[in-house]
Amino acid sequence: MKQLTRALIAVLIISLILIITVNKLNSAQGYSGGNTLTIFNWGDYIDQDLIKRFEKETGIKVIYETFDSNEAMLTKIEQGGTSYDIAIPSEYAIDKMIKENLLIPIDHSKVPNLKYIDPRFMDLSFDPKNKYSVPYFWGTVGIAYNKAMIGDIEITSWDDLWDPKFKNQILIVDGAREVMGMSLNSLGYSLNDTNEKHLIEAKEKLDLLTPNIKAIVGDEIRMLLETEEAGIGLVWSGVAQEIMWENEDVEYVVPEEGSNLWFDNMVIPKTSKNPEAAHQFINFMLDPEIAAQNTEYVGYSTPNKGALEYMDEEVISDERFYPDEELTSKLEVYENLGKRMLAYYNDLFLEFKMHPK
Amino acid sequence: MKSNSRNLYLIPYIIWIGLFVVTPILLVLYYSFFDIEGHFTIDNYKKFFTPVYLKMIFNSFWYAFLITLFSLIIAYPTAYLLTKTKHKQLWLLLIILPSWINLLLKAYAFIGIFGTYGAANSFLEVMGIGSKQLLFTDFSFIFVSVYIFLPFMILPIFNALDELNPSLIDASNDLGASPWTTFRRVIFPLTLDGVKSGCQVVFIPALSLFMLTRLIAGNRVITLGTAIEQHFLVTQDWGMGSTIAVFLIIAMVLIMVLTGKRKRGIL
Amino acid sequence: MKKKSKLSSVYLVLVFLILYAPIFYLMFYSFNSGGTMYHFEGFTLDWYRELFEDTRLLIIVLNTVIIALLSAVISTILGVAGALAIYYARRRRVKNTLLSLNNVLIVSPDVIIGASFLILFTIIGIKLGFVSVLLAHIAFSVPIVVIMVLPKIEEMSTSMIYAALDLGASRWDVLTKVILPYITPGIFAGFFMALTYSLDDFAVTFFVTGNGFTTLSVEIYSLARRGVSLNINALSTLLFVFTMMLVVGYYFITKRNNRPNGLGVKQ
Repeated sequence: MKQLTRALIAVLIISLILIITVNKLNSAQGYSGGNTLTIFNWGDYIDQDLIKRFEKETGIKVIYETFDSNEAMLTKIEQGGTSYDIAIPSEYAIDKMIKENLLIPIDHSKVPNLKYIDPRFMDLSFDPKNKYSVPYFWGTVGIAYNKAMIGDIEITSWDDLWDPKFKNQILIVDGAREVMGMSLNSLGYSLNDTNEKHLIEAKEKLDLLTPNIKAIVGDEIRMLLETEEAGIGLVWSGVAQEIMWENEDVEYVVPEEGSNLWFDNMVIPKTSKNPEAAHQFINFMLDPEIAAQNTEYVGYSTPNKGALEYMDEEVISDERFYPDEELTSKLEVYENLGKRMLAYYNDLFLEFKMHPK
Repeated sequence: MKSNSRNLYLIPYIIWIGLFVVTPILLVLYYSFFDIEGHFTIDNYKKFFTPVYLKMIFNSFWYAFLITLFSLIIAYPTAYLLTKTKHKQLWLLLIILPSWINLLLKAYAFIGIFGTYGAANSFLEVMGIGSKQLLFTDFSFIFVSVYIFLPFMILPIFNALDELNPSLIDASNDLGASPWTTFRRVIFPLTLDGVKSGCQVVFIPALSLFMLTRLIAGNRVITLGTAIEQHFLVTQDWGMGSTIAVFLIIAMVLIMVLTGKRKRGIL
Repeated sequence: MKKKSKLSSVYLVLVFLILYAPIFYLMFYSFNSGGTMYHFEGFTLDWYRELFEDTRLLIIVLNTVIIALLSAVISTILGVAGALAIYYARRRRVKNTLLSLNNVLIVSPDVIIGASFLILFTIIGIKLGFVSVLLAHIAFSVPIVVIMVLPKIEEMSTSMIYAALDLGASRWDVLTKVILPYITPGIFAGFFMALTYSLDDFAVTFFVTGNGFTTLSVEIYSLARRGVSLNINALSTLLFVFTMMLVVGYYFITKRNNRPNGLGVKQ
C-alpha cells in the first residue's frame, strides 16, 4: 500500500510540474486568448517562418493544427468544437463543404492579391467564381519511374503499366479515385465516369494488373520509391518532385491518355471566429514574394503567377511540374460524384484489393 | 459482505461504462441501420454477408489467430526466463519500454529493415540464403504484429509465473516428475489465467488491426479493421462501418464467453 | 544445467535485440546528415539543434507526457474499482455482462471510438482540448487495467478476506491492508499498459482534440504526407534515452533504499 501511495504522489507531482512548465511556455508564446487565428493544415505544408512573419506584421497570434486526410478534417469541422479560421482541403472536399454549407464566402475586395493567381486555376467546377476558396498549391497524378531499374524504357501512357515485364514492380497509392481513375483513363473514359458498365470494366482491367503490383501503400510510397523498393509508382506530382530530389534516376510523366488535376485551396470554415484575420492571412499568402518563398519550402507547384518571377527559372520551366496549357487541357478535376457513387468506387476498389495475386 | 457496501466499487465503474461504453455502442448500433444517404435500412447487414466481407472475416480471424499463437509461443518462454533473472522487474520494464515509441516511426523503421536493401536482407545474403522479398509478405506482417503485441502477452504471463509458489515445482520434481510433466501438469495450469488474459488482449485488438495491413503488408492483407477505416474515413459510410463494428463487438462477447467457460465461478 | 542457462540467456538476448532493433534504427538515423531514414551520409547533430529551437514541439511533448501520466493514474484507479466490482458481482451473468462491456473498447477500432467520443463530447458540451483528450484516454485505458488486475484478484483466496473481516477489520482496512497489497503487481502492470495505450494512440486523440491542443502521435501522423523529418527521430531518441535512464535509475535507487522492493512491484 505504501508503494502505491508513493507512486501515486510521485506521478501527480511530476504531472503538476509539467503542467506549470507548459503554461509558462504557452504564455511565453502568447497563446493566451486575444487576437488569434487558428489554421488547420496538412503537416509540414507551410514555411513556419512565414507564420512568424505574419504574426509580426499583423500582431495576430497563429494557432496551428494539422490533419492527415481530407476526410478526417471534414469530420472535425462538421462536428464543430474548434473554431478553425483557415483550412486547406483538396478540391473534392471543398465541393462537399460548399454543398454542406460549411464555408464562409471569401470577400474578394479584402484579398486584392487574388489578381496574381493564374486565371487557368480560377473559376473551376468545384468552386465557380472562387466564391469560397483560393488556390494554394496544385498538381497532377502520374507515373514516377526509375530509369535505372526498369531498363531504358520510356513510359508514356497508363497502358504501359500492364506490360508483363513489370511483374511485381509497381507501387500504387491507396486511393479509390486515383486507381480507378487510372484504369478509366486507360480505357478512354473520363475519370469522373458514373456509368456502372464502364466502372466494372475498369475494375476488371485492374484485376489484370495485380501480377505487376507489389503493394498498395499510402504516404510511405515516397520513401519506398526513393529507396528503389520498386521501379514504378502511381503518385501525385508533389510526391514525385520530392522523390526526384532524392533520387536522380527517377522520372515523372503525366500519361498521354489524360489524368487528374488536383488543388489544395484555402477556405474559411463557417466556425471561424476571426474571418477578418483569415482574409488577412489569405491575402498575405498570395503576395508573390511570400508565395515564392512558401513554394520553395514546400516544393509543390504554385498557382501564383506573380510568384514565378521570384523563383528559379529552372524550376518553373520544368514541363513535368509546370505543364503547358495543351497538357493541362487534357487533365480533369475530380468532380463530386455524390456519396453513393463514391461508395461504389470504393467498393470496387476494395474488391480489387482483395483480388488474389 | 453486505451488497450495499459492495456497490461502492460499482459506482465509478458503472458511470464509466454508461458514458464511454454503452453510449458508443448505442451510437454504433443506431448508425448501422442507416445507409450512406441517411435512409433507414437493413441493407448494411445484407451486404455484410456477401462473399467479399465473409472473406474479410475469415482473413481477420485467421491472422488474429496466427498473431496470438506466435505471440504466445515467444512470450511464454520469455516471461518464464525473465522470472529467473536477477533484476526481473527491471527487465520486465525494459520489455515494455519499446512500445512507448510511436508506432508509425517503428513501422517506418521496419520498412527500412525489411526492404530489398535493408538489414534483414543483408543478413540473408551473408548467410548465403540470398535476398528475398520480405516487405509486403505475410511473414513481415505477422512478424511486426507480434512485435507490437508481445509486451501485452508477456506482462500477464510474467505476473502469473511470478506468483507461482516454487515449492510446488520442487514438490513435483521431488516426486520424480520430468521437467516436461512438471510444466504440463503444474506450471502451465497454474498460469492459465495469465495466458488467458494475455490471449484476450492480443487476439481481440488483432481482429481489427489496420495501419500495419497497409504499411507492412501493402494492402495484401485486408481485415475488418481496414474496411472500417475506409468506411469511416474515406467513403464516410458510417452505416456500413458501424455494421462491421457491431459484428466485432458480438464476436468479442462470444470469445469472452467461450474462453471463460471452463473456469469455475469467475470469467 | 549450465548448458541450459546459456541457451536461455541467448534466447532472452535475442528477444531484446529484436525488440530494440527498430529503435536503434531510428536512433542511428537521427544522426544522419542526409535527411532521410535510409541512406546514411554523414554524422550530424543538426536535427538535435533544430529540435531545441522548436518550442512548439516541446509543448506538444510535454502535453503528451501529462496526458499519459494523468490518464494512466486515473484509469488505474477506475480500473481497480472496476475489477473489484466484477469480482464482487455475485451472479455469473452480471459478471459476464460487465466483462463484455469492459472489453468493448478494446475490440472497437480506434476510428469508431474516436468518432463516437467526438459526437459524445460535442453533445455534452465539453470543449475540445486538454480535458476531452484526457477523458478519452482515461476511457480507453480503463479496460486494459481491469484485464490486468482481475486475474490477480481472482487468485486471492476469499478466505483471506473473510478471515480479516472476522478479526474485526473494517472494509476499508480489508481493501488497503489485504487486497491492494496483494494485487499490487497487477495494478502496476495495468498502469504501465495504460501509459502505453495513451502514448501510442493516434486516431482517438485526433478526433477529440482541438483548439490548438496536440499530442506527439497526432503531430507525427500528420507529417506522414510530407515525410517525417529526422528531428522527430532525434526527439524519439532523446525521449527514449531519458525514459531509460529514469527507469533504470529509479529502479536501483528504490532497490538500495528498501531491499526487497524494486519499482514498487511485488517480488
